[in-house]
Amino acid sequence: MSTLAEKVNLLKSAFPKLIVEHTEFRGQTTLVINSGSDLLKICHFLKHQLGFEMLLDLTAVDNLETSPRWMLVYHLWNIKENCMLRLRISTNEDPPTFPTVSHIWPASNWLEREVYDMFGIRFQGHPDLRRILMWDEYPWHPMRKDFPLAGRSWQGSNGLFTEPAPLEGGPFHILPGHHPSEPRAHPQQ
Amino acid sequence: MDIQINAFPCQSAKIRLELTQLNIIQDLACQLIYLGSKMRLLFRTEYSLCVNKMQRSCKAGTGIYDGTVLLTRLEALINWFRKYSIWPLPAGTSCCAIELMASGGARFDLARFGSEIMRFSPRQADVMIVAGTVTYKMAPIIKTLYEQMTEPKWVIAMGACACTGGMFRSYSVLQGVDRIIPVDLYIAGCPPRPEAILQALIQLQQKIQTQPLFRRQIES
Repeated sequence: MSTLAEKVNLLKSAFPKLIVEHTEFRGQTTLVINSGSDLLKICHFLKHQLGFEMLLDLTAVDNLETSPRWMLVYHLWNIKENCMLRLRISTNEDPPTFPTVSHIWPASNWLEREVYDMFGIRFQGHPDLRRILMWDEYPWHPMRKDFPLAGRSWQGSNGLFTEPAPLEGGPFHILPGHHPSEPRAHPQQ
Repeated sequence: MDIQINAFPCQSAKIRLELTQLNIIQDLACQLIYLGSKMRLLFRTEYSLCVNKMQRSCKAGTGIYDGTVLLTRLEALINWFRKYSIWPLPAGTSCCAIELMASGGARFDLARFGSEIMRFSPRQADVMIVAGTVTYKMAPIIKTLYEQMTEPKWVIAMGACACTGGMFRSYSVLQGVDRIIPVDLYIAGCPPRPEAILQALIQLQQKIQTQPLFRRQIES
């Protein structure tokens, strides 16, 4: 038994150069991993040495127009000792690529598929990297910041199609496009 | 076609034709039905013939003869059959389906309107109740379900999402199921109360009762 702080210290001593940032916010610990480092070794260590047996969530962030653009976020949970750890790793590759952790935490299989579907981030070594929410033919990754909120017009086979649905002019009388915080809600020019 | 129909306008048919001539009219009617044209006028002609005959017999003008026979149009009779046996296809795509299930239960009881038999095969259903959000991924499946239903068929769009896309004004949601299939009735609500579903069924019954036969075939 050891506290979360002790676990983090163990991790830091095992991988001294790979942890570039360590922040605490409202009792939650976030570790930023050096991009390009061996993510798999860290994950293996976290699961088997430090007891983070459960992958709560795996998601991504698109920091458009900043570098590095792509950030992956892992939420890990130690079931026996009730503590959570957040990992972040970034890349600026095109297309963005990370190694899969699906052989370490099988729960990441579908989560990685979702990240691939929504952000277009590739996971090397994934056993079945297909789209999970949108259909296979769908040509875009809709959670990317450069994808318009309204969607795009597209015609596929088997009757599949999409049409843009701008917020302005919808059944509800709202004017979201005038707020500067969400530029993607503006009508497409 | 038009010339033949004009040869039997209601007014003159009432006066001129006798019961013995009905066979001829029926044959002609069958031919016209086969050709898919102007059903309504023909059935009206037949109707006025019968009423005229009975009026001369009993002079009541009510259409009731001898206390045992009720005269009506074939159209009205078939529609009467249809409207009390609307079997729904619960195309439940999200939370509206829960409310649809509630209206099938004992408290609200769709059975009072002859619609208690939910058919999960579109081939056995009469009305498709699209209950919930229809995504673009689901849209071809909904359309296939509709196409698999046999005529006569009707569609109820239940709830805000099925009617307009609702609050999901986004890249992934079809903005109203009427973009892919013809909708007869729209139910507002998010989700609608079971009472609203019952009202929609009653309105659908009214619509079916006044619906000319073979209308859909003619339109398509």
